[in-house]
Amino acid sequence: MEIAFLIEKVAIVVILFVVTLTIAAYSTLAERKVAAFLQDRVGPDRAGPFGVFQPLADGGKMFFKEETTPNGANKWLFIAGPSLALLTSFLGSAVIPWGQSINFFGRIVPLQVTDINVGILYIFGVVSLGVYGIMIGGWASNNKYSLMGAIRGASQNISYEIAMGLSIIALLLCTNSLSFKVIAEQQHGINWNFWYQPLGFLIFLVCAFAETNRVPFDLPECETELIGGYNTEYSGFKMGAYMFAEYINMFVSSAVMATLYFGGYNYPGMDFVNLHLGPTWGPLVGVAVLLGKILAFIFFFMWVRWTVPRFRYDQLMNLGWKILIPLAIANIVVTACVITFFDKF
Amino acid sequence: MILFYLVSLLTITFSLLVIFTKNPIYSVLYLIATFFTFTIHYVLLNAQFLAVVNFIVYMGAIMVLFLFVLMLMNLNKETEPMKSNLIKIIAVIAGGSLLVTLVGSFKQLSTLGISTVDKPEIGLVENLGKVLFSDFLLPFEVSSILLLSAMVGAVLLAKKDKSENG
Repeated sequence: MEIAFLIEKVAIVVILFVVTLTIAAYSTLAERKVAAFLQDRVGPDRAGPFGVFQPLADGGKMFFKEETTPNGANKWLFIAGPSLALLTSFLGSAVIPWGQSINFFGRIVPLQVTDINVGILYIFGVVSLGVYGIMIGGWASNNKYSLMGAIRGASQNISYEIAMGLSIIALLLCTNSLSFKVIAEQQHGINWNFWYQPLGFLIFLVCAFAETNRVPFDLPECETELIGGYNTEYSGFKMGAYMFAEYINMFVSSAVMATLYFGGYNYPGMDFVNLHLGPTWGPLVGVAVLLGKILAFIFFFMWVRWTVPRFRYDQLMNLGWKILIPLAIANIVVTACVITFFDKF
Repeated sequence: MILFYLVSLLTITFSLLVIFTKNPIYSVLYLIATFFTFTIHYVLLNAQFLAVVNFIVYMGAIMVLFLFVLMLMNLNKETEPMKSNLIKIIAVIAGGSLLVTLVGSFKQLSTLGISTVDKPEIGLVENLGKVLFSDFLLPFEVSSILLLSAMVGAVLLAKKDKSENG
C-alpha cells in the first residue's frame, strides 16, 4: 500500500465526514426554514443574516445543557445507544461514488471511499444495524415510553427492510451488478434507472422514510403518544446525537436514492461539459449535480413532514406487509418477465 | 495471518463473555459482537457474499428479534428461575461429554487438511450465484421450499382464530 494511496483515501474520508456533518447541521436549520415557509412564518432569523448561524447556536446549546441520567438506567448502554446511532449513520456513505474519477495533479483519483462489489448489500447491513441505537437507548432509559418507542422502532425497521430489499432486487435485475460504481456508470447521461424502475423507486422511497423514522412514519418518537419515544430520557448532547443521527441518515439515504435511481453524478450533456472543462473540473460539476439531487431529496423529506399526518400503528404495518411487499414482488416478476422477453427476441 | 489470530482471539473472547455475563441483554450484545467477528473471518476468506449476508441476517435481523424479546421480559433477579444442584451436575456431565465428542471428531478432521484456496474467487456473488443455480439447484430449491413452508406455518400460527373472537 503506497503512501499516496493512503493520503488520498484519508483525504476523501475527511472531506466526506466534514461535508456530511455540515449538511446534517444545516438540515436542522433547513427543516425549520422549510416548516416556516410551508406554514407562512419567517422561521429562525436572529443568529446572523437569515439565521445562518443557528446550527452553531443549537450546537452550543446542546453542549451546555445539563446531562441527566435517569435513576435505574443502565449507565453504559445509556451512553452506547446514541453513540451507536451516530456511528451507524456515518457508515453508509463509504460506498457511494461521489463523482467520476478525477484528474488531480496528474493522478487519477476515484471519488469514492471504497468500491466493494457487494455495495448495495453493505448499505442494507448498515441500515439494519441502525436500529440498535434506538433499541439499546430506549431500553437502557428504564422508561416505559422509551421501551415502547424502541420496540416500535425495531418492528418498523424490520418490516420495511423486507420491502426495501425486494424493491432493490428488481433494480438489480436491470443493472446486473451490486457495485455502486458500476450502477452509477451505467446511468450515463440521462439513462437513469428511474425510467426503468418507477414503481421500485416509489417503494424504496416509502421504505426510506420508514427506515429514517421520518414523518409520516415517526412512530418510534411520536411526541403525542410517547412524549418523544426512545429519546424521552435523553438530554444535552446525547439527545443531540440522536437528532444528528436522524439527519445524517436522511442525507445518506438521499444519496443512495439519488445514486441508485436518479443517475448519481450523471446529468444530460455531461460529455460536452467534461470535454470543455477538462478532467479536473468536469467531474467536480458531476459532484455538484449529485449534491444538488441529494439536497432536492432532503427538501422532499421535509416537505412531506409538514404535509402528511402521521400513520396509526396498524396502518403502518398494513402498508408495509400487505401493500408494499406484494407490490414489490409483483414488480420483480414483471421486471424479470420483461427482461427475459427482450433478451430472447 | 496475524489478523486471523487477532480476530480469532476476539471471537473466542466475545463467545466466552456471552456465557459468563449475568445480564441476558449483555449476552445478546456480546453475541452480536461475536457475529461481527465472524463477518470479518468471511471477509478474510474472500467470501464477501457470505460476509454481508451474515451481517444482514444474523446481526441485523435475528439478533434484533432476540433483543426485542429480552427487552419485553422481566429481567429482575427474583423472577429468575434457580436450578437445583442436581440439574447443574447433570448439565456439566452432558456438556463435558459433548465436548469430548467434538474434540474427538475434530481430531479426525485435522488429518483431512484444508483445501479452500484452490478457488479463491468462489465466494464472490457472481460465482456463488452460478454455482447455486447450476450444480446445486436441487438442494437450493428444496431449502427454499423448506423456508417457505416455515414462513407459511409462522403466519398461520400468528393468525387470530376468528371463531373465538366472534
